[in-house]
Amino acid sequence: MLSILLNSNTQWVLLSTMILGVAAGTIGCMAYWKRQNLMSDALSHSALPGVVIAFLLIQEKNLFILIIGAAISALIGAFLIQWITTSSRISEDSAMGMILSIFYGMGIMLLSIANRSAGGNQSGLDKFIYGQAAAMVKSDVITMLILALLVIFIVFIAFKEWKINLFDPQFAKGIGLSIKGMNILYTSILVTTIVIGIQAVGVILMAAMLVTPAVSARYWTRSFKIMILLSATFGGIAGAVGTFISALGNGWPTGPFIVVVASVVFVVSLLFGKENGILIKHLQFKMHQKTAKLNLQTLTEGLENK
Amino acid sequence: MTYTGWIILTAALVGLSCGITGVFLILRKQAMMADAISHTVLLGIVIAFLITSEVSGPYMLIGGIFAGLLTAFLVQWLNSLKVQQDAGLGIVFTTLFAIGVILIATSAGNAHLDIQHALMGEITFIPFNTVTLPIIGDVPQATVLLAAVLIIVVITITLFYKEWKITSFDPALAASIGIPVLLMHYVFMSLVSITTVASFDAVGAIMVVAMLITPAASAYLWTDKLHNMLLLSGAFGVISAITGYYVAAWIDTSISGSMAFMTGIVFFISFIFSPKHGLIVKYV
Repeated sequence: MLSILLNSNTQWVLLSTMILGVAAGTIGCMAYWKRQNLMSDALSHSALPGVVIAFLLIQEKNLFILIIGAAISALIGAFLIQWITTSSRISEDSAMGMILSIFYGMGIMLLSIANRSAGGNQSGLDKFIYGQAAAMVKSDVITMLILALLVIFIVFIAFKEWKINLFDPQFAKGIGLSIKGMNILYTSILVTTIVIGIQAVGVILMAAMLVTPAVSARYWTRSFKIMILLSATFGGIAGAVGTFISALGNGWPTGPFIVVVASVVFVVSLLFGKENGILIKHLQFKMHQKTAKLNLQTLTEGLENK
Repeated sequence: MTYTGWIILTAALVGLSCGITGVFLILRKQAMMADAISHTVLLGIVIAFLITSEVSGPYMLIGGIFAGLLTAFLVQWLNSLKVQQDAGLGIVFTTLFAIGVILIATSAGNAHLDIQHALMGEITFIPFNTVTLPIIGDVPQATVLLAAVLIIVVITITLFYKEWKITSFDPALAASIGIPVLLMHYVFMSLVSITTVASFDAVGAIMVVAMLITPAASAYLWTDKLHNMLLLSGAFGVISAITGYYVAAWIDTSISGSMAFMTGIVFFISFIFSPKHGLIVKYV
């Protein structure tokens, strides 16, 4: 077990999935308050055709180029969802479901063409669907680290502005913040986080990295700042522990293990969380019952004494 | 029947049953539920496989219904605990799907099940795996399953047509006149699950979402009448499935992928040219 941790490649991969978890946990909180939890699911699926087209164009697996392709096609997906929702009577979740599955279908079409033209030497490309962090090489890890740190930096440097923008857009307008500018910035860092996560977690499970830590963090605090810090921590833990577990087996996919660790954190938070956790709620309910009973007792005693 | 004939028949059955079920998904605003169920059904199939150690229709159906209902129940439960609906959905389906993938990767990996197959489907293998039925003769197993599911779906919908209509358009009214809305919800989720399981072999977990949602959404742009929408959506599903097959054969690529792509084309045409809600009509 220790030998796995001491392996230098594993160390790099662990570091990168951890930072990825931190970045996703941070952005996830913003997506949570914007009520766009499933948007990340739609965006990560719609990144697939872009990845494959980028690969077909340059004929090699250069992570940076693939990320640019992914980002472009995810943004087109986001734009289409917006367009369909605003200019027809299709509801947003139907539009998301359509775009994600159609883009994914296109991705699969292109992927089988890529498989043919590349003579089967595309094994790295398949990994984008399920996520296999172990397949990453050092240059991939560095690309990922830089982008993830950039995302985290953007959130923390303008933390106050983000907060105002999320919770009081009217006020934000009043003090001269550009809502549109903030939204564009938000979409770009969301897309960046998603596309760098795809390599490690896969397009299908990327949504969990954004949604689960944020919802878990909500159970422990009412403060937005602490929620972000907690969510980032949960994300980081899920990334690192999940990657470690998947390194124990031969060819085990990384993404599912990361997701399951994140879900365990969620279940613990749901049960024992300080804010609205099931246990706390139950105890509060019992306490209310007790005080209500006591009040009733004193009341009836008082009546009898009279 | 010829090899291609069976494939086209199977594809058409997928289009038809998904198209019909999808209408209610759109009307009940539960499109993403289809996405969730199509993923979690994988877990049901894996568990059914681990218990019975065979890949056969009935067990897969039972496993799929179980997983679909579990998903619907967990989402409902999280929702009652005041978790945002779409966040709850996201957590539930990613978790169950991840468990399914882990089970396949760790224990069932060497068997007939593999993730690739489950996610992308492989309609070209369908005609090889046949069962012998009385009178008709040898029929591919997946086709029989799809036909059975289609019959179940059609019967369930026509028997309680009025109830489906009321619960979809006005759940509050439905509840007030004594229709068991929650029960109908779970029955509907079971229908979605069995449709998904039956389509799994042919189109895989994610493309089935395209088959479920897109034809129905396209039909929604053409008509305001429920029965017209059902017919149109079924027709769109069949058209996309069959043209998808020929497109795939033409440029030699994934059949399920191009079926999903064709549903997108159908939607795009509807989105622009529909006489009621199309873009052109809006601008003119």
